[in-house]
Amino acid sequence: MALETRVYQKQRTIKFGTLLKASLSDMFQSRFLARQLAERDIKAMYRQSYLGIVWAFIMPLTTAAVWIFLNSSGTIKLSDTGIPYPVYAFSGTLIWSIIVASINSPMTSTQAAKGILTKINFPKEALLLSGIYKLLFDTSIKILILVVFVIIYGVGLQWSLLLFPIAILGAIIFGTTVGLFLTPLGLLYKDIGKIITFSMQFLMYVTPVVYAIPKTGIMKTIMTWNPITPILLTARDLVVGFTPEYLNYFLVVLAICIPFLFLGLIIYRISIPIIVERLSA
Amino acid sequence: MSDKNEIIADDAVLVKVEGLSKKFCKDLKTSLWYGLKDLVSGVSGSSEDRLLRPKEFWAVKDISFELRRGECLGLIGHNGAGKSTLLKILNGLINPDAGKVTIKGRVGALIELGAGFNPILSGRENIYNNGAILGFSRKEIDSKLETIIAFAELEEFIDMPVQHYSSGMKVRLGFAIAAQMEPDVLIIDEVLAVGDLGFVLKCFKTIDTILPHTAVIFVSHSMPMVSRICSQIILMDRGEVKFQGPDVSRAIDLYYNRFANNESGVVFTDDSIILEKIELLKPESILEGIPQISWGDNLKLYFKFKAIKEIGVPQISIFIMDKEQRPVAMFVRNSNELSMEGRDLLFTVEHEGINLSKGIYSINITVLADKRKEPILRVNNLLVFQVLQKDEIWAPFLLKSKYEMAQ
Repeated sequence: MALETRVYQKQRTIKFGTLLKASLSDMFQSRFLARQLAERDIKAMYRQSYLGIVWAFIMPLTTAAVWIFLNSSGTIKLSDTGIPYPVYAFSGTLIWSIIVASINSPMTSTQAAKGILTKINFPKEALLLSGIYKLLFDTSIKILILVVFVIIYGVGLQWSLLLFPIAILGAIIFGTTVGLFLTPLGLLYKDIGKIITFSMQFLMYVTPVVYAIPKTGIMKTIMTWNPITPILLTARDLVVGFTPEYLNYFLVVLAICIPFLFLGLIIYRISIPIIVERLSA
Repeated sequence: MSDKNEIIADDAVLVKVEGLSKKFCKDLKTSLWYGLKDLVSGVSGSSEDRLLRPKEFWAVKDISFELRRGECLGLIGHNGAGKSTLLKILNGLINPDAGKVTIKGRVGALIELGAGFNPILSGRENIYNNGAILGFSRKEIDSKLETIIAFAELEEFIDMPVQHYSSGMKVRLGFAIAAQMEPDVLIIDEVLAVGDLGFVLKCFKTIDTILPHTAVIFVSHSMPMVSRICSQIILMDRGEVKFQGPDVSRAIDLYYNRFANNESGVVFTDDSIILEKIELLKPESILEGIPQISWGDNLKLYFKFKAIKEIGVPQISIFIMDKEQRPVAMFVRNSNELSMEGRDLLFTVEHEGINLSKGIYSINITVLADKRKEPILRVNNLLVFQVLQKDEIWAPFLLKSKYEMAQ
């Protein structure tokens, strides 16, 4: 039996191929650990709470409710969305919350494991994977609520709904990629987390979350160029059964995300020891 | 484990460390800023000079050693000497700034017991959490679950949330899980200090069975433990090696010498008596001001007290303390052999054929008032002396023995 050999030294040359392979194989091998960690966090969260699962969708639901009220009371006047406004608003805030959660996921998962990161050597990719498992759990509950909403407001179930999870997967890939790039910095400086929360609030208004893209003007340009727009619109179109207008743009964004996701994984792998050193110093 | 040994040559070097160095920063903001720079240079792959930047220091400097299966390296040194940093590098948690570590085989680390425990969840669930982090598969944990629970002696409480466990129970559960590892290289930091005596003994029994098949790196402040299990020592001070080699007893002496400048001190006095002089009579030799006697010789001490107030002959307790300030012996107290000469009290006390094992000892005294039996004077570390003997043993006494053939 050959013994596995590990070498630790200051890295001089970086081979992206080798690192990526190591990262992906670690992620694959740590499936059990990732599941265990996700299960632990989910169980612990619900065991110490009465409302439990409600917290997964209470935020998007209340945001949607505010906008539904603003619209129905005539406080603000929104252009026609083509579907009942409550469905539009709720689907928007829900998909938005999934994107925000996936941007935050890599950082929060790693941050939460700070205690063991500085003490025990285990495949760190498991943390990312467990974050994604948790996201998928939350997301599936959100999707169920959304389906209920769609039925109540008489939009009816569409065959395209079956493709919806794929669009959501796209949203998670996009969010995780962005999150991965912010993670190393965010672990060093608390500012990054605050900046994310802060800027996501503004970003929501330049994404067709609670209102449609205007026909003309500067807002139209910004919203069209915003890479989150195609993800959100494609996902929503699939729910309500419209032909996804932005499908091509969606695919382009996704295609760009994949290499960046891999790059993010490599950066994550390189940066963890550097960060652990600063955390425990 | 045994078949493994046949395949891998017994003398295979499992851990090889060459010129290992690591620098740390004294200031948090600067440290984070350097971290950011390191991130950039780490990702872009450039290699800068390994020089200290402002506000940095070497936490570990230029350490090299080799460790084979069955050997145990003891890492000793006072707090902040760089032991834990070295362990972190060996465990692959942080990268060195210079040098190289090569480790073969499965690495087990007893640094943090019970990592990944969630306080809300039950002990049983947490076995899976911790086990997964230590690298077990679900199947392995399933098959070891009963052993772990039995080893931790927690059958009754295993389904209780861990937050209601006592700290000892948590450590027991953590160790029981970690003990299931079958590592080739084992890294032990001082984790076993908690837990009751029975469990600590159990832990060391387990470690003893693991030792022969494993290369062990052991960090401890307990010198008896170090001398018991280690085959070589690295004594660290401020990141640098002060001593390295298989001469365990010499390393331990050096370690103690760093603390040896404990000045003698009056711990308590009611100002009725003072100790004017203490002397070890007829030492064999004196080295660096420390009188030495050979094992088996007589230990004879001379005392000179001066009473400040009018008092009767007090009762005197004389203790011999070892290097860790644990009392190892006490002289029989004076009863009515002594008398005051005016205000002076001069006497000698002798013990024949000293059986203390080799090492450095010191004398503490407690003086009790004649009738009231209340302490009137306590002085620690009055006199330091050394017992010479050729054998290094870790028991406190080496008993003079006579062997005879018997039926």
